[in-house]
Amino acid sequence: MIVLGIETSCDETACALYSSERGLIGDRVLTQAIHAEYGGVVPELASRDHVRHLLPMVDGLLRDSGVAREDIGGVAYTAGPGLLGALLVGSAFGAGLAFALGVSAIEVHHMEGHVLAPMLDDASIKPPFVALLVSGGHTMLVAVPEIGRYEVLGESLDDAVGEVFDKVAKQMGLGYPGGAALAKLAESGRAPTHAGAQAGVPPFPRPMTDRPGLEFSFSGLKTRAMQILRQVEAGESPEQGRADVARALQEAMVDTLVIKCVRALEQVGMRNVVVAGGVGANLYLRERLSATLEQRGGRAYFPRQAFCTDNAAMIAYAGWLRLNAGQGALVSSFAARARWPLDQLSPLA
Amino acid sequence: MKILALDTSTEACSAALLMDGYVIEEFALTPREHTQMILPMVQHVLSQGGVALHQLDGIAFARGPGAFTGLRIAAGVTQGLALGANLPVMPVSSLAALAHGVWRVHGAEKILTALDARMHEVYWGAWHVLGEGNVQAEDAGECVLAPASAQVPHTADWFAAGSGWSAYADTLLPRFAAVLRAVDHELLPRAHDVALIAAHQVMQHGWLPAAQAQPMYLRDNVADKPKPKVAVRP
Repeated sequence: MIVLGIETSCDETACALYSSERGLIGDRVLTQAIHAEYGGVVPELASRDHVRHLLPMVDGLLRDSGVAREDIGGVAYTAGPGLLGALLVGSAFGAGLAFALGVSAIEVHHMEGHVLAPMLDDASIKPPFVALLVSGGHTMLVAVPEIGRYEVLGESLDDAVGEVFDKVAKQMGLGYPGGAALAKLAESGRAPTHAGAQAGVPPFPRPMTDRPGLEFSFSGLKTRAMQILRQVEAGESPEQGRADVARALQEAMVDTLVIKCVRALEQVGMRNVVVAGGVGANLYLRERLSATLEQRGGRAYFPRQAFCTDNAAMIAYAGWLRLNAGQGALVSSFAARARWPLDQLSPLA
Repeated sequence: MKILALDTSTEACSAALLMDGYVIEEFALTPREHTQMILPMVQHVLSQGGVALHQLDGIAFARGPGAFTGLRIAAGVTQGLALGANLPVMPVSSLAALAHGVWRVHGAEKILTALDARMHEVYWGAWHVLGEGNVQAEDAGECVLAPASAQVPHTADWFAAGSGWSAYADTLLPRFAAVLRAVDHELLPRAHDVALIAAHQVMQHGWLPAAQAQPMYLRDNVADKPKPKVAVRP
């Protein structure tokens, strides 16, 4: 069976084809450029862009993959969570297409797609594991005893990890979204030190690691970073100061995530962590988490860089798994949900 | 000609099937239930007409103006159906559909349409219906404007239709009273009229490829850009 996956939950328009025989056949992603000049995603503009680009993208993918529309055995579309108007473009298109082809459609949970993304490249990844979801919209630890069963262990009480990186990067003049540019800048930062401004900035706190629990809170850390940033920018070497802040921030954020991952593994008695979401592309996080888990006899799994951010390959794959398990149905109505708790999903079997 | 037509541009939801001269329509007032209703309606009119999707000549839809999300539901479903069944498409103005509905129901030929666009504006158009499916826009065509800026026609005997005429009655009616013969502010665009107009447009200009199933919003200033920081010279 070949499944067409469609993703339009935020500012990426994407489609992909996943086949039982051939695995991932092809995928396309278009990151909307229009939002940069607004300093954030404008939902109405995102929706308008999706409806403009989705059909030519799917058409092109089918043509270039040599897949005829009659070969599509199922349609998987992201039904939430995300921007309601944006989601509706993908669900209306996906439902219309499945209806016309007379095949089943399946609503895919965006975050389940992210959790399963590493499996696109490594079929050996199997539950049980803890999933760390880190993006511009989410910071979440989830226990995954089996595919489809997700127990949320802890979330951010305020800002998401990617949001903090993006906001500080914006303040540094690195553009929007600037999380990746901030990580790059951190490479030339000096190690944080208590010795004073001459040798880098003081280390930043690791919020909520001094008490039990798996919740996160990053807004205080963000405020601290912004304060120090203003100080170094008013100082003698603002360029070096910015890099120092980037490094200190990244170390504090990643440290906090690693500490909580280990704590989550201990709590649920598991060994492995699957990382998903845009911040999963952060190399420092990859290094630190992998090293820490190896010491504990476990492993950290990451999706390939391109599948850390929003994509349709993960949606096609998640949809394929569920359609293969006999879920999905011929289309009558379709839906989009801005909110959709991950623990409301049903197991595969 | 066999045409499937969709409209989800307002709080109404409808699907219609034009079958070589007669029309089968499903219509409901269903605010916020378009995603539940539209495909079952399509299914219903197709089975009533005894045709499969791929036997149609093409798919028409109300491309706006109207509620943004509704416009994208119709455009998205139309794109999916058209791609899946390998059919061309025909976008139709929702205001023209409304005007055509007035012609069909009230027999009027000169129609002023005003749909409430919120934000103290209306989607506005002046139309002549010259025959079945043949709706011509007057002057500048459709636009979004403040009710106080709507142009009063030089001729009389116009029929006013659409929610804008009740939402902004205080502004519109005193100015237009002299040129109006009647007002129907409850009439809404319907797929029945979308189908008939599409048939006429296809005869004139031919079908369009599925990718051109795109909404026409009329209102395009939907977000404010952050104000640029003004550089202060020392």
